[in-house]
Amino acid sequence: MNVDLRMSLVGCMLAACALLTGCERPPTDTVQRGYRGLGMVEVSNPRTVAVHEALNQAPQPLPAAPAGGPLASATYQNVQVLGDLSVNEFTRLMLAMTSWVAPKEGCAYCHAGANFASDELYTKVVARRMLQMTRHINNQWKSHVAATGVTCFTCHRGEHIPAQVWFKDPGPVTAQGMAGNRAGQNAPAPQVGLTSLPFDPFTPFLDQSAGIRVASTSALPDGNRHSIKQTEWTYALMMHISQSLGVNCTYCHNTRSFFSWDASTPQRATAWHGIRLVRDLNHAYLEPLKPVFPHSRLGPLGDVPKVNCATCHQGAFKPLYGASMLHDYPELAVTASAPPIAAEANKQ
Amino acid sequence: MAEYQNIFTRVQVRAPAYAGVTLPSGTWQRQGQPFFSYWLGRIGDAQIGPIYLGTTGVISLICGFIAIEIIGLNMWASVNWDPVQFVRQLPWLALEPPPPQYGLSLPPLNEGGWWLMAGFFLTTSILLWWVRTYRRARALGLGTHVAWAFASAIWLYLVLGFIRPLLMGSWGEAVPFGIFPHLDWTAAFSIRYGNLFYNPFHMLSIAFLYGSTLLFAMHGATILAVSRFGGEREIEQVVDRGTAAERAALFWRWTMGFNATMESVHRWAWWFAVLVTLTGGIGILLTGTVVDNWYLWAVKHGLAPSYPHVFAPVVDPATLPEVPK
Repeated sequence: MNVDLRMSLVGCMLAACALLTGCERPPTDTVQRGYRGLGMVEVSNPRTVAVHEALNQAPQPLPAAPAGGPLASATYQNVQVLGDLSVNEFTRLMLAMTSWVAPKEGCAYCHAGANFASDELYTKVVARRMLQMTRHINNQWKSHVAATGVTCFTCHRGEHIPAQVWFKDPGPVTAQGMAGNRAGQNAPAPQVGLTSLPFDPFTPFLDQSAGIRVASTSALPDGNRHSIKQTEWTYALMMHISQSLGVNCTYCHNTRSFFSWDASTPQRATAWHGIRLVRDLNHAYLEPLKPVFPHSRLGPLGDVPKVNCATCHQGAFKPLYGASMLHDYPELAVTASAPPIAAEANKQ
Repeated sequence: MAEYQNIFTRVQVRAPAYAGVTLPSGTWQRQGQPFFSYWLGRIGDAQIGPIYLGTTGVISLICGFIAIEIIGLNMWASVNWDPVQFVRQLPWLALEPPPPQYGLSLPPLNEGGWWLMAGFFLTTSILLWWVRTYRRARALGLGTHVAWAFASAIWLYLVLGFIRPLLMGSWGEAVPFGIFPHLDWTAAFSIRYGNLFYNPFHMLSIAFLYGSTLLFAMHGATILAVSRFGGEREIEQVVDRGTAAERAALFWRWTMGFNATMESVHRWAWWFAVLVTLTGGIGILLTGTVVDNWYLWAVKHGLAPSYPHVFAPVVDPATLPEVPK
């Protein structure tokens, strides 16, 4: 071989090696779920799973409260939600909530000074509403959370604001004028898996209740006018779900007919309820808190922080990989009526 | 021995630069002083130029330039004229067709108007380039096979960006100009229409596409393998079979029982390549106009097999009573 040929070959090999760096490093694990030959296989990267596992560890429960004792409502003032708990249970839950939401600041994150009954801090008003929300989820949304349920920790994980919340996204800055319209997409957006799909599928699907289904249910045209652009929005929402749960499309769908329910897995129905759950929480619990939040807590367009699939799931197909913290804090599943938030906001 | 393992061109014949046959009067002259490139000589002819532009060539290049400018400047505006972000985000950036609500009407510039304009200039450029391909072939006394093969690709391009959107009554059905965006569009197209893999014309197109690469590899390998016997003089050997043609034919007859000839293999390759986009265009044209869900169409016609259920039956929750919608 002459020198030129050798140089060319070395160049080609270097180029091939450079291309390989774009690949995910093997090994990956695969688990067959559906019937053979359908490609219904869960693919996971053990290194990614290790990261998600570290994020999804449930903390040790606090020791159970001693039984009996007076009711919190009889002992403390201004206990609007947890008044049906005994003082011991109430104190235990307050301690747990502190470690879940404000481990550094402690009680002072929500309670102003020595008067624990005061609603002076907005954080306390929000926390009360979130308690009502937690009970609402555990009671009304068993179709999604089953008996596993949720606690404050499911989303908060030791942070004041859950790591994954969303605001209405005005998108990247474009030249204002007569050119450069992104049409709500074509930016490397992490929330849709760095695709060029629409970067805010949350506003239409998880705030508003835009239709998600686009495919026809008949072989021949029957008036279904859903466009390809609309399909890209649905696709973007699905990318978000896939990413939030750390799963492939085939966790819920048989990809040869995404739309067919009879070819889908039971998880698809769970996810269907989950989408409705998220809409309900955003409408009934988060958005009415707008007058309560200080301006610094609002998004770039002045909207409240809202939930999506990632808020609870954080990369796991079940939050905390299915560990039920509710089992140790059953008071978070007690049925209670939820007074409208406006009344509370006015009390400030 | 190693001399014949010819992956790269081993021999570069150098002669004084050849300007080509004399052109008839009344046409443009060829442009540029020819020169030689050693490295291009390794993969082709070392002589570069002169080039014949002609009226159609010049207008085609201008239209193509305008189209690329419209697309590129819109992409650049979409990152607020930031040159660094333009380069970093380039694969994600796009010029999108109008939103569906505009139908076939003329939308504002920034709502797809630029897309229509870019599409017009790009299409003009491509069609003029086709005319140029056809006319240059005639000028050299060639058949017009290249032009018709190119026309097949243009057919698919026109179906995607013009004919099907017209039939659907919306420019919004067309493909965006952008690297990742057009790929996402493709995936969304398949999802919207119930899986394009069940579209028989899509199947044909894929078969011809993969078949083309296979034929190309087989033919290229065969000719290289018999070049030590003069096999690269294929066309001569069509009528005057030398030992190269005989050996190439024998190789395939022994290994798969049938062999193409030095002439017919080129017809095989041409038809396979042309049919990729011809059948593909038909498949796209039928989608949404004649068939709305290819999976259900395939079930209806016994094309899609059914598989045993391994999960408990799943019911669409939207059809259940007393479920929040």
